[in-house]
Amino acid sequence: MRSMLRTLPLLTALLLPTAPVLAADEVNLYSSRQEELIKPLLDRFTAATGIRVNLVTGKDDALLKRLESEGRNTPADLLLTTDVGRLHRAFAAGLLQPVQSAELERRIPAIYREPEGHWFGLSLRARVIVHARDRVRPEQLSSYQALAEPQWKGRVCIRSSDNVYNQSLVASMIVADGAAATEAWARGLVANLARPPSGGDRDQIAAVAAGQCDVAVINTYYLGTMLESSDPAQREAAAKVALFWPNQAGRGTHVNVSGAGVTAHARNRDHAVRLLEYLVTDEPQRWYADTNKEYPVVSGLPLSGTLQQWGNFRADTVNLAELGRQNAAAVMLMDRAGWR
Amino acid sequence: MAVAGNPTRPAAPAGRAFWRRLPDPWTVAIVLLALLLATPVLTVFSALLVPAGEVWHHLVETVLADYVVNSLLLMLGVAAGALSIGVTGAWLTAQCLFPGRRLFEWALLLPLAVPAYIIAYTYTGLLDFAGPVQTALRALFGWSYGDYWFPPVRSLGGAIAMLSLVLYPYVYLLARAAFLEQSVQALDAARILGCGPWQRFLRVTLPGARPAIIAGLSLALMETLADYGTVQYFGVQTFTTGIFRTWFGLGDAGAAAQLAALLMLFVFALILLERRSRHQARYHHVGQRSRPLQSVRLTGWRGWLATLACALPLALGFVIPVGQLLLWALATLDSTLADPFPTLVWHTLLLAASAALLALVLALFMAYGKRLRPGPLVGGAVQVAALGYAIPGTVIAVGVMLPFGWLDNAVDAWARAEFGRSTGLLLSGTLFALLFAYQVRFLAVALQTVEAGLGRIKPAMDESARMLGYAPRSILRRVHLPMLRGSLLTAILLVFVDVMKELPATLIMRPFNFNTLAVRAYELASDERLAEAAGPALAIVVAGLLPVILLSRSITRSRSTAVG
Repeated sequence: MRSMLRTLPLLTALLLPTAPVLAADEVNLYSSRQEELIKPLLDRFTAATGIRVNLVTGKDDALLKRLESEGRNTPADLLLTTDVGRLHRAFAAGLLQPVQSAELERRIPAIYREPEGHWFGLSLRARVIVHARDRVRPEQLSSYQALAEPQWKGRVCIRSSDNVYNQSLVASMIVADGAAATEAWARGLVANLARPPSGGDRDQIAAVAAGQCDVAVINTYYLGTMLESSDPAQREAAAKVALFWPNQAGRGTHVNVSGAGVTAHARNRDHAVRLLEYLVTDEPQRWYADTNKEYPVVSGLPLSGTLQQWGNFRADTVNLAELGRQNAAAVMLMDRAGWR
Repeated sequence: MAVAGNPTRPAAPAGRAFWRRLPDPWTVAIVLLALLLATPVLTVFSALLVPAGEVWHHLVETVLADYVVNSLLLMLGVAAGALSIGVTGAWLTAQCLFPGRRLFEWALLLPLAVPAYIIAYTYTGLLDFAGPVQTALRALFGWSYGDYWFPPVRSLGGAIAMLSLVLYPYVYLLARAAFLEQSVQALDAARILGCGPWQRFLRVTLPGARPAIIAGLSLALMETLADYGTVQYFGVQTFTTGIFRTWFGLGDAGAAAQLAALLMLFVFALILLERRSRHQARYHHVGQRSRPLQSVRLTGWRGWLATLACALPLALGFVIPVGQLLLWALATLDSTLADPFPTLVWHTLLLAASAALLALVLALFMAYGKRLRPGPLVGGAVQVAALGYAIPGTVIAVGVMLPFGWLDNAVDAWARAEFGRSTGLLLSGTLFALLFAYQVRFLAVALQTVEAGLGRIKPAMDESARMLGYAPRSILRRVHLPMLRGSLLTAILLVFVDVMKELPATLIMRPFNFNTLAVRAYELASDERLAEAAGPALAIVVAGLLPVILLSRSITRSRSTAVG
């Protein structure tokens, strides 16, 4: 007991802060993209430029709170999230600063960045329909909207409305069809569910493969990574489903982005912009596609493997900033529709 | 000045009177410390002052009833599960002899090392519709979807099962310690009065251990209320998922705080229950333990039944999920070992050990304060300090970050104005802030255990020691410490294991480039890559095993030394 007490000051000394972060050849990044899916790119950036990247990963909303609470002394120079709703929230809370970069504006289509340069999309995440190859013909499918039709009763799987991809999808439908029509759709969809929403997108794919439902709504990269998984069971399940691009006749498939913005109080602003510019060069853009099966935000890059097989698709052209604004309305709508 | 004749003597009483008028230092220190520890919770609740209005009405109209009902059912279910497994196991291993008892004595604690979200992931992988069990059943009988019924693992019932399996060790641990310290005389008296083993259990053993059992149960239930990972993954709508959804999805901190306030009502109910059960009687040991407790020998089918009763929770809560993790981990061994694995382990152990030590010191201080200065003020303060245990880690983290950030920026602004220099962030984003968050979240664990230990030392012992001329400090060292050793060790190890498993606060508050095993496991699992997550998850379990084994060994030893 006594010796424990004696070691305490030592431990405390160990744990107290080191000197405040000083401007140096480094850039500090808060990222909700997990370490494994960002660190390799950061390492390459460091190797190419000599700028060290310090990283904290976490959940989007919590990182936002951290940024907010640290105020003007925050060490973070760059905030990276995996969903546009959070980027918009950070922007609306005044946590990001505008960036003018000819390079970023040239490489990233205007709909995938905030008009004044508060945030920039870095990769695209398309939300699509998958169906059982043996029980559903692609001709039977058309749009997200059609999943609420009676023919799909007891045949649809989708994850919980807690999930931000569903929130963004519903937000995009509010923008396209209005709140009343979207709420009616959500009720119809809930009535068609094969099981109460639970699990993640891979679970929905597995459920379609196993026959629990016939169609599911998922982000493409989950299917892509399952197809190339080291686990044979995952590969087998993924092979039993086929991808369908919804709403090709109308507004296009719903697309979300992972993206980043320079923080309002960034000390290493120039380095942060350099990192952003690096992330939209060809090599990292291809890396997103090859490693995590996301679509490059830069158009015109040749795709390979799985992404090439899936073919070209028409993406929704709604400005993503609009989805961020509709996020709360989307959550409340899903509450009312009984979408867990 | 009336005392001019002798300036020195009367000064003393006057001084004493002065000190008497000042609040007592113990009380002041404890109240201040409790306030400090309550700051995060109060910060979150301050959002209550902002009228929530529309969103709150929306919640009441749509989902609030679900949150209340599901949280209540979850608590009731986990209470039933943890009590039946924990008390049965504790009584069997403490007072009975049956095949495998010596193994179960410590092995029943093992599920404590498995984080709830990890067990949830593994059982989903095993028992889901697409998992190996159901697939094999379908292949065997030629069924397809809809032909048969199988309990859905991702459901309220599933969440109850998962949480019961990993939380029962709290009940087991405290109940077992109480059973072991039970007075032999009381049991003998019961025997002489003609009570059979069942009667003795129901009328002597169980009532005597009630405070410990309820202390263990309230820990398990507070963990249940704070759980986010499991219920979120299973799609069960409870207060915690509701708080996150309201705060982050709807962007309404006020309504989220109102939900959190409702959640606190549940916690207060738990605390009241625990207090009441303790107040109805005082529990101290009477008499010397001059000879060992006579164990009941269970023979034949009774013995095997006892073995089964202990083997089942062990298998379900540890062997099966860890076996699954092992299989996954072996399949992904290369990628696991390619990581900076030793660094992860070192960070995890460093955090857990320092948080556990600090929690012990704080808990000892507060528990003693309560014993030395009984009364509503100190009692209330100690209670307030322990509130954080039932609050989800992310909420605590935000509650810590906001005031720390405010303080840092205020100091910085002052330094800029006075000296033209920036101090930057002194506390935010440091391990110190993280350790503080752990105290807020887990102090209750240490406090419960230390208080339960202190409660078993009867005040007459202090009085005798004082009559023998010992100073309070040497009573502490020579009487209390030896008697408390088991409880102190338990407190340290429980906090250690809890911190090691902790995820949300660690995730959001850690410094740059600082990862732990839980962070790593979570990142992979949240991307639905369960197989890759198995390596670090297994490491958490293995690192948690050592303290758990130490814990059980020390309990066994304390029994033999107490017996003589």
